[in-house]
Amino acid sequence: MDQKEWPLWEVFIRSKQGLDHKHVGSLHAADAAMALQNARDVYTRRMEGVSIWVVESQHIHASNPDDAAAFFDPANDKVYRHPTFYEVPDSIKHM
Amino acid sequence: METAELTQEDLFQQRIDADERIEPKDWMPDAYRKTLIRQISQHAHSEIVGMLPEGNWITRAPTLKRKSILLAKVQDEAGHGLYLYSAAETLGASRDQMLADLHAGKAKYSSIFNYPTLSWADIGCVGWLVDGAAILNQVPLCRTSYGPYARAMVRVCKEESFHQRQGFEIMQTLCEGAPEQKAMAQEALNRWWWPTLMMFGPKDEASPNTARSMQWRIKRFTNDELRQKFVDMMVPQAEFLGLTVPDEKVQWNEAKKGYDFGDVNWEEFWQVVNGHGLCNHDRLQARVEAWEEGAWVRDAALAHAKKRAARAHV
Repeated sequence: MDQKEWPLWEVFIRSKQGLDHKHVGSLHAADAAMALQNARDVYTRRMEGVSIWVVESQHIHASNPDDAAAFFDPANDKVYRHPTFYEVPDSIKHM
Repeated sequence: METAELTQEDLFQQRIDADERIEPKDWMPDAYRKTLIRQISQHAHSEIVGMLPEGNWITRAPTLKRKSILLAKVQDEAGHGLYLYSAAETLGASRDQMLADLHAGKAKYSSIFNYPTLSWADIGCVGWLVDGAAILNQVPLCRTSYGPYARAMVRVCKEESFHQRQGFEIMQTLCEGAPEQKAMAQEALNRWWWPTLMMFGPKDEASPNTARSMQWRIKRFTNDELRQKFVDMMVPQAEFLGLTVPDEKVQWNEAKKGYDFGDVNWEEFWQVVNGHGLCNHDRLQARVEAWEEGAWVRDAALAHAKKRAARAHV
């Protein structure tokens, strides 16, 4: 049996105008045009999308979950970035 | 525990116990990865092989409406197989290897698809009973601990409920039709009832992996619990149709608020699982043929893509 797999692609779908594309899964295809057609058939059989992006999986670079604590640490101690950090007097409206 | 220090495995179990999802690149025990690859790929194979008994009736569906519905359903099964294969691939399994294992008879798929679909009413039973059983299995898997599997199952479950309803509608139409049609529906129920009960797998005491799978939350109910739920759900539906479930022991048990029912023929179950069912040979042969006859298409598409890419880079 031959083991010549088509490349793997990640599929992102915009479910309706005004929303972001969102990752929905992956599939195999020989090229981008086929990946788009396959994505349409596999992931939008019930009008789940108005736009599709496909990206070859090998081009995606991901952060490492083992480093997540250190990697996301800079944001961890900056509560003053959130509005709830600030006390607003009760008499102040519309803030 | 001997020391207060937690192993990686303890930390992993803590995350599971806290109902956290595990994602592809997270650390996981090898056995968790292996069990999931086996479970998800078997599930994917079942969807793909499951297209065969129904595909068998596409050209013979009684009306254009039924034919369109059946086509859409079989296409969904292909989609479900693809969602699941891609979920298994996130664990490091290769698609070609999974297919090679299926074709070599090394990988399992649901034993139910080794039974033949003899009449149109069998297509009704496949939707009503088989997909009904599949839904009971699958709905809890939407909350399974492995993220990509859970997300695939959410999509599968959304689509599966149309499958069951169209099956029930086929049965209802037959049961409201001529006496011959109703007899056909009863015969199909007689054929499919027991094999469907087998879909939930061996009895709990004969299912040694259940405890660990439940601890890892890749299984959320035991085989016997799901089988009981299924019987409780289906007996009243059969009564509504005016059909009789082919089990004399089916009886309401007020104390347990569920039906008592007879024991599955486990000898038959193991025979089918081990490759000696009515259609095991045909099903595998059909898959292998489809793979081999499609080889030139896969090769040509890849060659075409390479050639175009080479030209684009000149």
